[in-house]
Amino acid sequence: MAKPEVAAGRAHRGRIGPRLAPYLLSLPSWAYFLGLFLIPLGSMVIMATAIGDPLDGYTISDNFAEFLTAVSQYHDEFVRSFVYGGVSTVVTLLLAYPAAYWIAFHGGQHKSTFLFLIVLPFFVTFVIRVLAWQFILADQGFIFGPLKDLGLLPENAYVLSTKWAVIGGLIYNNLGYYVLPLYVSLEKIDRRMVLAANDLYATPSTAFLRVVLPLSAPGVFAGFLLVFVTNVGDFINAEILGGPSTSMIGNIIQDSFFVDQDYPMAAALSSLLMLLLMVSILIYAKAFGTETIQDYAA
Amino acid sequence: MPPDAVPAGKLFLRKVPLGERLLNVYTWLTIAYAMAPIAVMVVFSFNQSPSGRIGLRWLGFTTFWYQNAFAIPDLTTALVNSLEIAISSTLAAIILGTPLALALARYRFRGKTVTDIVIFADIAAPAVVVGASLLSVFLALNLPRGMPTIFLAHLAFNLAFVVVVIRARVTGLDRALDRAAADLGATPWVTFWKVTLPLIMPGILGAGLLGFALSIDDVIITSFVAGQTLTFPLWVYGAEKTGTPPQVFVLSTFIFVAGLLLAGLNSLMSRRGAKGKT
Repeated sequence: MAKPEVAAGRAHRGRIGPRLAPYLLSLPSWAYFLGLFLIPLGSMVIMATAIGDPLDGYTISDNFAEFLTAVSQYHDEFVRSFVYGGVSTVVTLLLAYPAAYWIAFHGGQHKSTFLFLIVLPFFVTFVIRVLAWQFILADQGFIFGPLKDLGLLPENAYVLSTKWAVIGGLIYNNLGYYVLPLYVSLEKIDRRMVLAANDLYATPSTAFLRVVLPLSAPGVFAGFLLVFVTNVGDFINAEILGGPSTSMIGNIIQDSFFVDQDYPMAAALSSLLMLLLMVSILIYAKAFGTETIQDYAA
Repeated sequence: MPPDAVPAGKLFLRKVPLGERLLNVYTWLTIAYAMAPIAVMVVFSFNQSPSGRIGLRWLGFTTFWYQNAFAIPDLTTALVNSLEIAISSTLAAIILGTPLALALARYRFRGKTVTDIVIFADIAAPAVVVGASLLSVFLALNLPRGMPTIFLAHLAFNLAFVVVVIRARVTGLDRALDRAAADLGATPWVTFWKVTLPLIMPGILGAGLLGFALSIDDVIITSFVAGQTLTFPLWVYGAEKTGTPPQVFVLSTFIFVAGLLLAGLNSLMSRRGAKGKT
């Protein structure tokens, strides 16, 4: 099992045996992952079982009722988060794919310039991007103002504080995140495969559906996973662009911690969110391998 | 649409099909969509606003907000906090992460699969869960929230990304170079400093840029662990309800331009590095 692949490790014989080297090298990071990722996750689950109130403090118990209360009380927000997350991710995919395809196949020598232009928004702080959309979509903003002045829209038309504004914000914020993995997987495709399909009398659309699309699947799935997880857990778009009826589970977790100071509820909600997302991720990882997804994550 | 978007040579071979032309237009529309909020930010940072809040109407050009970019002390402090956290957490992530990247790329060892899964889970975990779980630990330990906890949290989400980027660079390296160094009598330590490190430098720089960008951008995780301390995104998020002062757009434009310069510098250096290799 641990038969070390140390062809070169054997060559440089230092004081540290090559057998030990990988463990020593991983030690600092592992201490960190343990202390600031795994233990916090565990402590969050434990926190969810605590009983007490904000004034007298909380004590750990073996009370798991909070999870059930969380589900029954915030069932709507959970469903909403997954619906908003799912819809926005699908739309982002549909918007990003044609652009990524054109850049990869027809971008010519300007490929990297096009790509750069699409990921340019990343250089602007996330909150500011959302804020800018709030200005663009405002009831008297750059879109609605002129349309209303021209009489093309009724005076009381609005999109801010509706689910459309929230989903729109989620779509925008992840467009670049999705174009990148799609581009990487499309760019890798050997053009001769498409030529071969043409030679075998495939129509352009058949060639696309049977050759290009399946070969770009890793990018589609890696991007889907990352964008979906980001969107389901987001609460900034809902907070700035949405209204009271668009609260997502992230908003509830935030409020539980900081407004109600109901730590057990907040912990129960985020444990459940993590559990639900991890289940979907595990299914993904099983189907596509974690390394592929990691490659695209960077 | 610039005429050079289609490689000139292709025009002689075949007429550009309609579908391809439509996709070209589509790509430009996508770029325009991506740019829209940036345009709003830059244009309105030059707008006059007597109320001191960003308004929806264009009232005339002014550089007043640029001359008074640092006139809001809290906002300036928040920006400095953001920069301090981004620089320190990225450096720490590189120091902790580079050894792990080397281990993962060069050795097969017990626990490698588990490490892969943990890194993957760390990247895939939603920010709100990372923030909430860190806060539960800080609460349980009764740790006061502030700059130190923000630093720890940013390091927590930077580390995994940094490892993945540097590892990709190490994997692409020719191990013969290390072996040559060893054959010439270099100790592993000397080999690392004289051979491996210079070779993986582009990866480290790329990882550093990514970590810096992630850190300076983060609001979700920071909002959980910050306590009373504010970073730039947190300040903006908090001020949103009462109206945003134009300085926010000015400082954000500064960050944007600095990001562009850094990215340009990085691609220039990696191009030079690639030339040097061949």
